[in-house]
Amino acid sequence: MIYLDLFITFFKIGLFTIGGGYAMIPLIQQEVVDHGWLTLLELTDFIAVAESTPGPFAVNIATFVGMEMGGLPGALTTTTAVVLPSFIIILLIAKAFTNFQQNKWVQGALYGMRPVVIGLIASAVLLLMSSGFIGHEAQINSVGGFFASLQYLEIIIFSICVFVYFRFKLHPIKLILISAALGMLFFGVLPMFY
Amino acid sequence: MGIPTNQKEKLQTLFITFFKIGLFTFGGGYAMIPLIEYETVERHRWIKSEDILDIFAIAEATPGVIAINTATFVGYKVAGFWGSLLATLGVVIPSFTIISVISLFFQEFQSLEWVGYAFKGIRAGVIVLILGAVVKMGKKGEYTPLTVLILMLAFSLASFTDINVIYLLLGGAVTGLFYQVWLNRKQADDKRDEVKK
Repeated sequence: MIYLDLFITFFKIGLFTIGGGYAMIPLIQQEVVDHGWLTLLELTDFIAVAESTPGPFAVNIATFVGMEMGGLPGALTTTTAVVLPSFIIILLIAKAFTNFQQNKWVQGALYGMRPVVIGLIASAVLLLMSSGFIGHEAQINSVGGFFASLQYLEIIIFSICVFVYFRFKLHPIKLILISAALGMLFFGVLPMFY
Repeated sequence: MGIPTNQKEKLQTLFITFFKIGLFTFGGGYAMIPLIEYETVERHRWIKSEDILDIFAIAEATPGVIAINTATFVGYKVAGFWGSLLATLGVVIPSFTIISVISLFFQEFQSLEWVGYAFKGIRAGVIVLILGAVVKMGKKGEYTPLTVLILMLAFSLASFTDINVIYLLLGGAVTGLFYQVWLNRKQADDKRDEVKK
């Protein structure tokens, strides 16, 4: 019963990944590779593809493994399974939250959690900048090596985006489209001329 | 955008909005926060700007993907169970469809050079969006020595250690609860002092 196996596995992945994002990769890797559904290499390749397709990574990998193992019915099974746990849990919380939001203790806990969320998002910016703008650590053992490893084209695109986004208060989707165009310009078109 | 008057219209708007969020969220994790903030707070005014941080906190502290958790939560707040179902479907369907198609042409997709160039650019653009979200939500923050300390600690631990974010959120919640206990005590003391006078 591959479908049952797929369902249970991705239900578990959906249930036990807290914090979202790439925090779930070790668990996914363990489950998917141990089941023999993907090899480690296929998984690594897929992570690269998932980065260039929209949507949450958990959904992407669920759909992909489901398609590989059982076609469209398989993909439906895994995607439903990965979403279901949080859907149920959030539904219950949302129901309770409307009643408890004004509760002193809930407010107390949220008072401490709000700055954590801002700190987490700010740290995501820092991590993305360091992984996107600085080359592999191996090259960095001096100030000169650090500057040599900088990804200047990425930094230029980032700077242009900062300027247009904050100056013209663009819709986020417009900025995504502009950044895609800049990527093609700087990495695809310009290299043709030098 | 006018305010939808009936349930059907609300459900439709929810679905379309979250479909869009699902379609334009690249890089996962924090990348959808700016778009969700923009669509639910600024554009449709479903969520008050002071509530969105609470929703992100809950979405992060509970199992599952932040984007889906937020969709379910906002959907429920706007239109009950059906709202949460449609918002969740909306955010999932784009990636489901795209990945289903890609899995059929996996090898070919990997070698699409220009797609790769576009995504190098998008990766830089997404950082700008997240930066914008930090600025926007940071402006709404309540700054006391305690919250600033929590923020700095969470930022440093998340940036420079491998700690799971769930512990940071738990730490924040516990600190907030202790603060509340202290506030209660203080209020009780103040009252007693007043009575004595």
